[in-house]
Amino acid sequence: MATVHFTSNLRRHVDCARVESTGGTVRAVLDGAFAANPQLRHYLLDDQGALRKHMRILIDGQAINDRYHLSDIVTPTSQIWVMQALSGG
Amino acid sequence: MAPSLMVSTRKGLFDVAKGSRGWMVRDAHFLGDNVTLTLHDPRDGAHYAALNHGHFGIKLHRRDRGRKSWKEITTPAYPRKPETLVDLDGWGKPVTWSTQLIWSMETGGPNQKGTLWAGTLPGGLFRSRDRGETWELMESLWRHPSRNKWLGGGADIPGIHSICVDPRDPDTVRVAVSCGGVWVTKDGGETWAQSAHGMRFGDGPPEEVANPETQDPHMMVQCAGDPSCFWVQHHAGIFKSVNDGVTWREVKAKPSSFGFGVAVHPQDPDTAWFVPGIKDEKRIPVGGALVVTRTQDGGRTFKSLSKGLPQKNAYDLVFRHGLAIDGSGKRLAMGSTTGNLWVSENGGEGWKQVSSTLPQIYAVRWV
Repeated sequence: MATVHFTSNLRRHVDCARVESTGGTVRAVLDGAFAANPQLRHYLLDDQGALRKHMRILIDGQAINDRYHLSDIVTPTSQIWVMQALSGG
Repeated sequence: MAPSLMVSTRKGLFDVAKGSRGWMVRDAHFLGDNVTLTLHDPRDGAHYAALNHGHFGIKLHRRDRGRKSWKEITTPAYPRKPETLVDLDGWGKPVTWSTQLIWSMETGGPNQKGTLWAGTLPGGLFRSRDRGETWELMESLWRHPSRNKWLGGGADIPGIHSICVDPRDPDTVRVAVSCGGVWVTKDGGETWAQSAHGMRFGDGPPEEVANPETQDPHMMVQCAGDPSCFWVQHHAGIFKSVNDGVTWREVKAKPSSFGFGVAVHPQDPDTAWFVPGIKDEKRIPVGGALVVTRTQDGGRTFKSLSKGLPQKNAYDLVFRHGLAIDGSGKRLAMGSTTGNLWVSENGGEGWKQVSSTLPQIYAVRWV
């Protein structure tokens, strides 16, 4: 299962510890995290389901390409980091 | 209950009340976070706070009567945009169907317990019937063809900053849009009509200056005691209506008619207050002297009120929700971009400084 990490900045607003989640894409992995913690969804995604403008997601150190559909491939050993961008604060 | 204030700032929400040593900050909430607007609901005593977290988006919280803690509730959200729909604003820029700011919040009628209205960037109006647990987009206004003529003004994208629920009939609601004029529904949001006729810009193409669809009312208020009377602080000046917003006429004030906030006396429609800046490209007080202008004769004359306000090197701007009057008609509050907060208890004749060290103030609201 992929591991999803969240920053302390986000954890100030939402109780979200590191989670293990299955799925072949970022969208599928995050859906697993949202199922366990529905409040998390709107902190990460906008009303259209796209990654918020000032957020970033890294898979094994690489920024995702598809911020709208979140279709970037995830492997069972992937380490996924949900980060704030340096903009937007 | 003793009067108190909720002050929304760039770095938190501050409760202000009058104690034995005068007006002072009594408590703080959401310290460090960007609180853009609050609402007090006199029907059930609840308070609402809108936050803009930047990275994490817009959030809404409620504090029930007697409670100290806030609970995050549902934020108004847009439906999925149809993939084939080309949705452009008046500048020709694509409209993002996502809440980017809660720019206005008001309660429904006295007998509509639980009903709230929220105006947002990028221009959607929402209604809740359950104290913000769920929200419905007013599709009738959002899908109105004129919405595609709306322009950014005050923000890069269009938005609804003023909501007036008519005291005579809560199904009659007027909203003001920067830049999209004034819209009125008389059937609880089923249908909407433009209601900014008579407003005009001072400059621009002749065929556009008086187009109600693109007017930029900065703030609109309705007199509770004489609800046919409205005041608007517009981008190009001050306008008033004495016929339910059917027509508007311009009123001139000195030292300037430019500004953002406006307050109307709750019983006397001829009395209104404004906070002037030089003009749109110089958004600072005239001569570095902060004043409040007040008319008591329906706009024929204005008095410039300065007692207790800085008259040298003052560069405060008061945003559109930064001026508020309470139900007495005597008590006003004013908060500025430079973190100054003042209260007047005599209709603006004199002002007392509550703080000079608050963060940038977006909104003040009497409780």
